[in-house]
Amino acid sequence: MRHLLNPLDLTVEETYDLIKVAEDIRENPDKYCEVAKRKILATCFYEPSTRTRLSFESAMIRLGGQVLGFSEATSSSASKGESVSDTVSVVGCYSDIIAMRHPKEGAALVASMKSAVPIINAGDGGHQHPTQTLTDLLTIHTYKKKLDNLTIGVCGDLKFGRTVHSLITALVRYPGVKFILVSPEELRIPESIREDVLQKNNIPFEEVETLEDVMPKMDILYMTRVQRERFFNEEDYIRLKDRYILDMDKMKYASDDMIVMHPLPRVNEISVEVDSDPRAVYFKQAQNGVYIRMALIMMLLGLKA
Amino acid sequence: MINISGLKDGYVIDHIKAGRCMDIYRALDLDKCTGEVAIIKNAKSGKQGKKDIIKIEGLLDINLDLLGFIDDNITVNVIKDEKIIEKKPLTLPTRISNVAKCKNPRCITCVEQELEQIFFLADIEKKVYRCLYCEEALEKGQ
Ligand SMILES: [Zn+2]
Repeated sequence: MRHLLNPLDLTVEETYDLIKVAEDIRENPDKYCEVAKRKILATCFYEPSTRTRLSFESAMIRLGGQVLGFSEATSSSASKGESVSDTVSVVGCYSDIIAMRHPKEGAALVASMKSAVPIINAGDGGHQHPTQTLTDLLTIHTYKKKLDNLTIGVCGDLKFGRTVHSLITALVRYPGVKFILVSPEELRIPESIREDVLQKNNIPFEEVETLEDVMPKMDILYMTRVQRERFFNEEDYIRLKDRYILDMDKMKYASDDMIVMHPLPRVNEISVEVDSDPRAVYFKQAQNGVYIRMALIMMLLGLKA
Repeated sequence: MINISGLKDGYVIDHIKAGRCMDIYRALDLDKCTGEVAIIKNAKSGKQGKKDIIKIEGLLDINLDLLGFIDDNITVNVIKDEKIIEKKPLTLPTRISNVAKCKNPRCITCVEQELEQIFFLADIEKKVYRCLYCEEALEKGQ
């Protein structure tokens, strides 16, 4: 039984295969529209995440399958104190595959330990969210036709941003990648990523505080939100928040083929004026999220077009 | 020099970091041991200055993984007929179960108490163990 709990559960080859299938789905959607006929995906969401849940449901429906599930803990047996393991044992009787979102770290692993059907981790607290990472990889591959030999800029909250940590951890497996880490001093990348991921794999990286200077070097700019609650005082927040807002003035520093990515939802870290720039691919990224989930469901259920 | 009666059959747990013998005593449940147990604190040791030693009479089952986890510098000498017949060098176990508790409040083990508490050896050089569920590093010495 194969599950997907962590982006690194998939080898580089498997990830590449998945991307290839997702790109084929995007080109030839009709070929895949009945692939998961008579199969059921259960979305077990212990905390609301409408975007992620809809993306999974859309993926299954586009494969010709059906969906059921719950979207918050209060409406499920979890509110009566049932363990994750028991819930999954029961839901596994009603479905062929489960996508699970849970506020606690490691919940998806617990689910996978006794599950009779494949588990997809749709986010376990601040720990892992592998389909987000796969979506990012597909988007990079779509626009750059490769995952190696790229300079990736990541900007914003690099300290608490799980998305960024997972993306860096997944990308260091490809040769020739470089990182430019742009953040305020307070929100620099944590030691665990700097030492155990970047330095350990001899990945070149620089840490800077100003976006404009380094933008010309980037193939990809991955933006994240700088959240108010991460700062000790309002003054620091106000001083720093606007510094990283991406607008057309800053986009002048970027090369013509640099792409701008963002996991969404954005608040104000990317000006709306950037949306119409062809280099802004964050809404396409959301679209890719459906294709990669389709490819993943097929892989875990052993389905072929 | 304190005189300790010679062991016929048993163990000499040597090179325990000075001050930690009671941790080992508790970890191995030696209070339940009916045989003779001698605890030697602050013995002189060329290598590390001071060390603790525990001598246990009787060849009971000793959880070597647990000892390795607490301190892999410890050596376990097996005594039979008053002679050392074996020195068991300790290695860091790759996985430990229900020995330590994850302290991460966001970890699933915090809400589901029945789950087995499992830690795996994540970095052999730095001797870092991580929770199997949330991957938070275990703080040593708890
Ligand atoms: Zn944990």
